[in-house]
Amino acid sequence: MKGGTMTISKRVVLHFPPSLVEEPMTYVLVKKFNVMFNILKARVSVDDGEGALLLELTGTERNMNNSLIYLKQLGVKTETLDKDLVRADEKCVQCGICALVCPTSAFSITAREMTLNFDAAKCIGCDECRKNCPYGAIKTYFP
Amino acid sequence: MPKTIEEINAKIKAGKAVVCTAEEIIGIAKKKGTKAAARDIDVVTTGTFGPMCSSGVFINTGHTKPRMKITKAFLNNVEAFCGIAAVDLYVGATQLSENDPANSDHPGAFRYGGGHVIEDLVAGKEIKLRAYGYGTDCYPRRELTSSFTLHQINDAFLFNPRNSYQNYNVAVNLGKKRIYTYLGMLKPGLGNANYSSAGQLSPLLNDPLYRTIGIGTRIFLGGGIGYAAWPGTQHDPSVAKTARGVPRGGSGTIAVIGDLKQMKSQWLRGTSVVGYGVSLTVGIGIPIPILDEEMLVYTTVTDRDIVAPVVDYSYEYPNLTGKIVGETDYASLKSGKIKIGKKTVPTYPISSYPKAREIAQTLKSWIVGKRFFLTNPVQLLSGKESGVSFRAFGGRYR
Repeated sequence: MKGGTMTISKRVVLHFPPSLVEEPMTYVLVKKFNVMFNILKARVSVDDGEGALLLELTGTERNMNNSLIYLKQLGVKTETLDKDLVRADEKCVQCGICALVCPTSAFSITAREMTLNFDAAKCIGCDECRKNCPYGAIKTYFP
Repeated sequence: MPKTIEEINAKIKAGKAVVCTAEEIIGIAKKKGTKAAARDIDVVTTGTFGPMCSSGVFINTGHTKPRMKITKAFLNNVEAFCGIAAVDLYVGATQLSENDPANSDHPGAFRYGGGHVIEDLVAGKEIKLRAYGYGTDCYPRRELTSSFTLHQINDAFLFNPRNSYQNYNVAVNLGKKRIYTYLGMLKPGLGNANYSSAGQLSPLLNDPLYRTIGIGTRIFLGGGIGYAAWPGTQHDPSVAKTARGVPRGGSGTIAVIGDLKQMKSQWLRGTSVVGYGVSLTVGIGIPIPILDEEMLVYTTVTDRDIVAPVVDYSYEYPNLTGKIVGETDYASLKSGKIKIGKKTVPTYPISSYPKAREIAQTLKSWIVGKRFFLTNPVQLLSGKESGVSFRAFGGRYR
């Protein structure tokens, strides 16, 4: 099998400086790299002009890697989503509120054992868990 | 042959007491039978860890130079009750921060309040105190701006008027709009069902007729030692029971007391209930002495045996109608979904079962380690024969 031709999906957070705010980089991802994107969240900061995009990218492994190289060369900082949600173990009591508010069941409670699980692949960065956690145990760095 | 508390304590002292948790006893009794289990097991430990709004701390700050009669006080900007003596204060768990917008900023985050002050106090953090008084000849100081930590003040004891609920409602929302309650957010049209109970590990559900629990019962409280001090407010032994004696809804409660200086903030947590308010999540564990086979049988209660009422919090609960949607049990609730009519409804816990388990295990290790002895209550919690029950407000509306 030819290397890098399998289609994969990845959720990435892109942080870009003010100089790139007007650069249509997602258009380039499609046109040049044939990578499909789904915008989950987009924001341009009023204070420092910095922008952030939360995207779900889909494409062949090779095209995805090349597009991330392109973005890096452009000056865009990229991160996968799971680094952007941190659950403080010592503060979490494993209640169930985050599972209750999570729209994609990225947070869930194991039946009967009643332990809490987090599946980063399902997270869309909506931030409801952080807002609703009664013990302030979740920190997010979503755009 | 029935055992006594004295005999059990003698076994604890000799390092010979056999202790297990209310979860472990289920399997043990199934294997060897209740008669043998009652003979072999001396104590069954229970635990629960959930938001308990009726909680607070009595503080005596100690007198300043010159002395002061405090009439208004704020701890980290949260007002404390001062209408007792000169320097006695009560910090309530549900007290909001001064200028907190509450739910006017919908739904309301309630980031910091009484419960958080208590957690910070127990954690040894410095607490800012702003106090005011009208000044008297004997207490001339009229203003104080200061800070203190837990071990710098005279007294601090937890006193919670209503804790450790024996069973509780399961909340649902039959309305058309999302609502926010003390049992969490409820999605419209029976979108979810929330519950808050340790079920088979829950203290009062393991001694449902209060044969061993009452005033003076020594307990695990907030990571330290505490005592049941009084029947809790809204204590209601009149609730209908199953054949096993387990109440079919919220029933008994206890008021608890303990020295804050020997507790741990891990087990007394400030709680922000979005859209509702501030609370304190309290860890409680009660040891059940296995005095006879009847007591052992009570402790073998399982989640499947505990029935709870499903209540609509969009209309029936706020309007005190007493109407329920139906009943379910904790095994069904813990499976992750229940059937209400034709609808499959996802369920969510508000209290923490893993933490309840940890408390029962901790109390077990204290007893086995000879650090905890059981007490004989001076008066058992009132039962059904007392005629005590939950009453709605009986005064006049003006």
